[in-house]
Amino acid sequence: MSDRSDGRDVLPVLHPFRVVPTRFAPRLRGRHGLLLGLGAVLAAGSAWAQAGAPQLSPLAVIVKWAPLLLTGFAFNIAISLLAMLIGTVAGVGLGLAILSEQPVLRRAAWAVTQFFRNAPWLVLLFFVMFLVPFQVTVLGLRIPLPDWVKATFGFSLPVMANVAEVVRGAVRSVPATQWEAAESLAFTRRQILWRIILPQCVKRMLPPWMNIYALVAMATVQASIVGVSEMLTLTAQVHAAEGGRPELFAPLYGFALLCFFLYCYPIDRWTARMERRFQIR
Amino acid sequence: MAGTAPPAWTPAKPIVQLVDVHKSFGTVEVLKGISLDVRKGEVICIIGPSGSGKSTLIRCINALVPVTSGTIRVEGIEVADPKLDKLALRRKVGMVFQQYNLFPHKTALQNVMMAPIHVLGQDRREVEERARALMRKVRLAGKEDSYPGELSGGQQQRVAIARSLAMRPDVMLFDEVTAALDPETVKEVLVTIRELAEDGMTCLLVTHEMNFARDVADHIYFTDRGVIVEHGPPSTFFTAAQDERTRRFLSQVL
Amino acid sequence: MDVIPDWFQRLYESTGLNFTVFYDSYDFQRYLNGLKTTLFLGISTILVSLVIGAVGALLQSGPSRTLRGLVNGYVVLFRNTPPLVQIFFFYFGLGTLLPAAESASGLREPILNNVQWAIISLSLFAGAFNVEIFRSGIEAVPKTTVEAAESLGYTRLKAYLFIILPLALRICLPALNNNLINLLKTTTLAYAIAVPETLYAVKQIWSESQNVFEMMCVLLATYGILVGVLVWIMHRWERALRIPGYGR
Repeated sequence: MSDRSDGRDVLPVLHPFRVVPTRFAPRLRGRHGLLLGLGAVLAAGSAWAQAGAPQLSPLAVIVKWAPLLLTGFAFNIAISLLAMLIGTVAGVGLGLAILSEQPVLRRAAWAVTQFFRNAPWLVLLFFVMFLVPFQVTVLGLRIPLPDWVKATFGFSLPVMANVAEVVRGAVRSVPATQWEAAESLAFTRRQILWRIILPQCVKRMLPPWMNIYALVAMATVQASIVGVSEMLTLTAQVHAAEGGRPELFAPLYGFALLCFFLYCYPIDRWTARMERRFQIR
Repeated sequence: MAGTAPPAWTPAKPIVQLVDVHKSFGTVEVLKGISLDVRKGEVICIIGPSGSGKSTLIRCINALVPVTSGTIRVEGIEVADPKLDKLALRRKVGMVFQQYNLFPHKTALQNVMMAPIHVLGQDRREVEERARALMRKVRLAGKEDSYPGELSGGQQQRVAIARSLAMRPDVMLFDEVTAALDPETVKEVLVTIRELAEDGMTCLLVTHEMNFARDVADHIYFTDRGVIVEHGPPSTFFTAAQDERTRRFLSQVL
Repeated sequence: MDVIPDWFQRLYESTGLNFTVFYDSYDFQRYLNGLKTTLFLGISTILVSLVIGAVGALLQSGPSRTLRGLVNGYVVLFRNTPPLVQIFFFYFGLGTLLPAAESASGLREPILNNVQWAIISLSLFAGAFNVEIFRSGIEAVPKTTVEAAESLGYTRLKAYLFIILPLALRICLPALNNNLINLLKTTTLAYAIAVPETLYAVKQIWSESQNVFEMMCVLLATYGILVGVLVWIMHRWERALRIPGYGR
């Protein structure tokens, strides 16, 4: 279109910007969050203590029930890790299917990915909870499927779709010249993918993959909506056990927020650091 | 725009006055005591090797860069004053950059119109009339609705000049405005600046175009390593430089 | 004129696929109300979260250390905690702490109802991401362009409004797209505090009509279409904002 195609006269200001996904320099440390949360809980607790009521202060309630609530939290983590494992394995397969040369397989895989990527996580969770039976029979063997297993499965569906997208994006980002070079060395397509392209992608895939993990970890609380006894369900039960006092809501949910923050924030920082490191190269 | 340029020997009051200006970035001192005067209608060129602090000097004048010490006065405004009204200063001082810095999301005409409307709150119709006149003046009639990305470098630079003129400044600063241009397009920008100077606009230019400086400037300053080594009218400056550094520089660029 | 209801009635009789929403006017109305609530939630949270993002990014590049610290803290906290717990914290935790008015019948009437709390907490959640997105866009605007605005006499605020933000928006639009689509999907969490949005309405229908599978299809199709429409709108917007000769 122009006489400036040689790029000599193209202004720096007019170059297409590349958004560098920068994040904060680590100004906020984990311990700040811890202090913040503890401070909030303590403040609530001391305010209560000053009122001099006979009931347990919010802080005492949290201390009393912390072992139970933390067990619930551990359950959340377990579900997230399992869902991530299943989702990653399935997602890599799906991602490679999108990159396949077979048009039917490619289109089907693409449709599956789009479907599970665009559906809300909670809807997918309902989908699995209500439409997967409570037990399956394999070769005459009855395998019971408790709610938490179904929920895990429900979370791994969106993970799968997101991982597939990450794999596809990473493979596409490898310059075409790499394929050409490998092809001219008489590698087969499968060999090129596994020996040349994918090893280059792993580093690129790691940050978005960890992002997905943080999403799953935070999504696991949705299992409480479908009745799995994870941390949020237990929190509601603890609240009821303490007489359902309204002023206990904030400290109890605050405690849950704190637990997730302490778990997810380091992951977020680590991801950001990796993104920065890989960008420099 | 039809001002009359006063003869160079008139001892008019300086419109821009720098006295012993120092500027440091951290421990690096970039300007080490610069003093110069610019009188109304004068064209001043600052030349010198790269890294001699020319761009910093010109940026100090419209307070893009705060000075470390010394005084800068522009039409009675104290630039180094910590309570400086930057907006009042920048209404008096126009600036054109090496990289044009047009706003890429607006058409050429909109680029010229934006500041008078947003900053001065002037009437849109009146501003548009003026902007169209300025576009004609920089010989870009017909390019009003083009976006910066559709214009050549020289055209963009002329839009940038028109954009500054739309604010009706008393002084124009030019910071190596032709350095990023193709040799063919340098001329069209220089012609525009020359016409501006002939109209009586007070101009302060940092430039590498020695021939242009010789033709247009009333006074030339040569800076090196943060100090003014030598200055004088072009007639004597280019032929009878006193300092060894000036002579070496001139022999390299001429 | 009743082609659609008749067709679905016959479908039910012949195949047992019971799409009550398409022939039962009561169910249809419930579904429609749910859809309306989802749209209302989606549009209002998108708008509020965009404002939060723009203001937050402005403060974050501002001179006040305190404000910068507060915005950073807000972003970090809301990005790294589950949105559902945030909703519970706001609705149950803060909602019960706020003074409540008494209604005429002597019932406790909170100042903010569940729909309003859902909008507040979902907007804050998505807003935290928007702050980050806008900030990365602003950082990508060349410093020299900002200098040009400054030397034309623009104040910080005006330069931000007329030059930096419009450019930053174009830079960060793809990331913004993703986040807004995500927000639309996240509105389903309002289900947990009984906001009668689509998921809530559909679940009511299936538990009464015993047609989980059919309603699940309707539900997934609904969100598929909603997301599709949003993607289309954002795509149009992206095209409308494209500058000739700029970028690709």
